[in-house]
Amino acid sequence: MTEPIFDETDKGLIRHLQGDIPLTERPFREIAERMGISESMLIERARLFKEKGYIRRFGATLRHRQAGFSANGMGVWIVPEEDRERVGKIMATFKEVTHCYERPSFEGWPFNLFTMIHGQSKEECFEVAERISEATGITDYKLLFSSREFKKTSMQYF
Amino acid sequence: MDNTDKLILNKIQAEFPISERPFLELGKELGLEEADALERVKNLKESGIIRRIGASFDSKKLGFKSTLCAIKVPEERVDEVADIINQYPEVTHNYLRNHAYNIWFTLITPSRERIYQILGEISQKSGILDVREMPSTRVFKIAVNLRFKGAGNDGTDI
Repeated sequence: MTEPIFDETDKGLIRHLQGDIPLTERPFREIAERMGISESMLIERARLFKEKGYIRRFGATLRHRQAGFSANGMGVWIVPEEDRERVGKIMATFKEVTHCYERPSFEGWPFNLFTMIHGQSKEECFEVAERISEATGITDYKLLFSSREFKKTSMQYF
Repeated sequence: MDNTDKLILNKIQAEFPISERPFLELGKELGLEEADALERVKNLKESGIIRRIGASFDSKKLGFKSTLCAIKVPEERVDEVADIINQYPEVTHNYLRNHAYNIWFTLITPSRERIYQILGEISQKSGILDVREMPSTRVFKIAVNLRFKGAGNDGTDI
């Protein structure tokens, strides 16, 4: 993949949209003013960024605990290589699973599929993991719960 | 938080309108006045449920490298080591989890070299050699929406 080349306006857009938009009637006009470009140019370019997939999602990010989703369990699964495509696709269909990745295992860490499970309680996460296990036939797994959050920020790219 | 708030949250997590009058647009979809939609979002922000509204960029498409890291830290040194890790702006998430690998953090950097450099420094500063990184090799799902039950706008149970 070739590295994308961003001009100064692109970088400014990334800088201004990676944070928090102002909560006013016309937030994009305010941001455009800060960037020194027109509102229509900002909107047009932001939409283009979304179309091209540079912006994966434009929307609200919640504080899980305040929103009532107090439990976040990282499900880690041992899945044979040849079965991962099938299993990963099934895992992804669960609405409680927000992220699902394949990652390399290593000595002392045999797990290779990861699912982030958000629930309103630990019990709910366990119950979801059990349903995933039944749906996939994968029984070798663990749920790692986060007991403390040391940091959670959005990336500052430029 | 009433049902309308839940509808708003389900909606704007998935997509906040990129337009001149986003709250007018949002209000129209939910049968609210622009001012009411804006007011509700402001309240959800002030009460801490909404962390931010903005763009989530696809780090890979922007040319950045990301990875998940785990480190085995003796229980009594957890705070100290978490502080060492948190110093890096490239660290976006950092959690304590219930496993021998007990601190889990994510890194987003411009290059693989920088990942190795940061992990080397963390290892050196903490004196802990057992630091692992697991870059994703396949992505099955990335969707950070937390779905509120009973507020489905398409009749589904969400």
